[in-house]
Amino acid sequence: MNGADAILRSLEAEGVEVMFGLPGGAILPLYDAMARGTTVRHVLARHEQGAGHMAEGYARASGRVGVAIATSGPGATNLVTPIADAWMDSTPLVCITGQVRTHLIGTDAFQECDITGITIPIVKHSWLVLDVDELPHVMKAAFHVASTGRCGPVLVDVPRDVQEAELEFAYPDEVSLPGWKPPRRGNARQIKAAAVSIAEAERPILYVGGGVLNAHATDELRELAEVARLPVVTTLMAKSGFPESHELHVGWPGMHGPKWSNYALNKADVVVAVGARFDDRVTGKLSAFAPGATIVHLDIDAAEISKIRHADVPVVGPLKPVLAELAKRLRDEAVPGRTDAWLAQIDEWRGQFPLRYSAEPGPMLKPQLVLERLQALTEGRDDVVWTTGVGQHQMWAMQYVRCDRPRTFITSGGLGTMGYGIPAAIGAKAARPDATVICVDGDGCFQMTCQELATAAHEELPIVVVIVNNGYLGMVRQWQDMFFEERFSQIALSHNLPDYAALARAYGALGFTAENEEELEAALIEAIASGRTCVVDARVDPREHCFPMIAAGSAAIDMVEFQDTHTEVPVV
Amino acid sequence: MKHTISVLVENKPGALMRVTAMFARRGYNIESLAVGETERHDVSRITLRVDCETHSLEQIEKQLNKLVNTLRVTELPPGESLERELALFKVSAPPSARAELMALGEVFHARIADLGPDAIVFELTGPPEDVDSFEELVRPHGLQELVRTGRIGLTRATRGHKGKPPVQALV
Repeated sequence: MNGADAILRSLEAEGVEVMFGLPGGAILPLYDAMARGTTVRHVLARHEQGAGHMAEGYARASGRVGVAIATSGPGATNLVTPIADAWMDSTPLVCITGQVRTHLIGTDAFQECDITGITIPIVKHSWLVLDVDELPHVMKAAFHVASTGRCGPVLVDVPRDVQEAELEFAYPDEVSLPGWKPPRRGNARQIKAAAVSIAEAERPILYVGGGVLNAHATDELRELAEVARLPVVTTLMAKSGFPESHELHVGWPGMHGPKWSNYALNKADVVVAVGARFDDRVTGKLSAFAPGATIVHLDIDAAEISKIRHADVPVVGPLKPVLAELAKRLRDEAVPGRTDAWLAQIDEWRGQFPLRYSAEPGPMLKPQLVLERLQALTEGRDDVVWTTGVGQHQMWAMQYVRCDRPRTFITSGGLGTMGYGIPAAIGAKAARPDATVICVDGDGCFQMTCQELATAAHEELPIVVVIVNNGYLGMVRQWQDMFFEERFSQIALSHNLPDYAALARAYGALGFTAENEEELEAALIEAIASGRTCVVDARVDPREHCFPMIAAGSAAIDMVEFQDTHTEVPVV
Repeated sequence: MKHTISVLVENKPGALMRVTAMFARRGYNIESLAVGETERHDVSRITLRVDCETHSLEQIEKQLNKLVNTLRVTELPPGESLERELALFKVSAPPSARAELMALGEVFHARIADLGPDAIVFELTGPPEDVDSFEELVRPHGLQELVRTGRIGLTRATRGHKGKPPVQALV
């Protein structure tokens, strides 16, 4: 067989179900091999960025490695954004790119670019395969590196002549990577020290990050929380990693988290960071973050320990066994009822600082109401997967949507990639064909990747896209309004240019426009029930800001709350 | 504070670039860098000199360890390791100044690598501090050109490996 066949046989050996890509000159032999037959389904994206985000959405929804394929040059550079996104959010991704023929490398040949060079700062590792006999080993290593230790993206760049060269194929059982040694277990003495810190705490809290989902450790997390009766905050990346209707779930920390959640995290005396990295969007002003708290930091990546905040008790290791061991120890050591007063205090804050927005009756839909209605319409269902773009709508989705099952909230956290939502939803649908996949999008985000609606319609991967359409780059508008003395600059997109419902229909999807609550309700019900790719254009009030908010550079405890003095209704 | 870090990497294409790119991306400045093969042809040693706080040094070591091609990262502790550098100095040397320069070279055990009508090229191998001192002394005579290899280093023979296995066991 040739190198291209070997790539497909390798993907099959890895148990890959689906790959997302777009062909072009330098990757033609691989697509020719697909035409000869493979068990791996190929989803044809309309843009390589879409293919990359689809692979990410697939990986996040399934807990497996996502695979994206692109040609050389522009195909490869279009993958750079998804690769950077996967790097920031530790999403396991194998990207396969075509490269110009070996003898042309370095000559500025047509569609040549040094993609391994370009991506060095944003991949765990990459390979430029110059010898076809190395391909099986490289493919094995690529999947191994992407999915072990802290997950992340890898890149395999294969020149066209290497894809065409013949080899004797044998897929290795083992991979030899002498420099890659992720930790296999946590240090027992450190775990014991962590257990002591937690057991002795007056006001402990679990500050959970996306690592808990990558580690498939949500059951162990729940066990730990319940054994010691510990309140849990989940970051944006960890949303759905702990059941949100659970009494111990105390919201989401950070810039747009509820005030009571930030109070809980910042007034704790022992903060147990679980696969979290003290991101600036969570901590606010670092010197004022959880002052005086003892930090217990559990992470598989030693480089995260004390990178931002000094860890008093570090535990480096895979979260699944570390959390299980910790829960085991605390079953004996935790004092029953010790956290009751603390949990009651948090509950009091919850009552004191509910999420609020202006419910003043007006001509326009409130954006928060769109999310509330979506939540109400899907309440109690365990087969809904949410994706989002980036901006105000994303933060409202975090605040108003309840996720009780792991891997049901998929969003771009670290890189903040606008346009992530639609392709991620398509990838999630490929991973969970049984699920209703709802992409909560903004009108700015929508226009960055809406070409993938064609992919969704054509590939029969139906998704429901709900545009929280305020006619503006809303989060930028909010910042200009709050921090640039209302000097609005280059943010107006207009509510109806394009006509999103008509555009949806042009892409073979169903399109709805909703300008009031009745239209919204009817459109959402029909869209969710349709089994088709749908776009619901919910035209909302552009004046709404996302509150509460930690202003940049402020302490998390000093949140700006919703300030409307007219009519306020509490919405817990 | 300045630190010397010794990094053993797989001798593979791009390994050096991954190391230097990490420094660039994380905002750490490399003061000097030397790279070459080790006792094993498939392993290279990169010796880096960086100016950073102890906290940052720990980060640097951890980030280096995350690179797939990295086999081992060690700091060469001052006093417990040998550090050497090679430098070539082209110094203006009219006949009137020659004798003084040659005497100076002798003190530092610098070899005269080349001698021209108006200039001398000194070759000096030694602790980087000696190279600094020699540079200071010849500069007033007219230092035309200077090239330094960057420092290399090993732990002392008497110090051993502190229980760490030799590289053979790693690969």
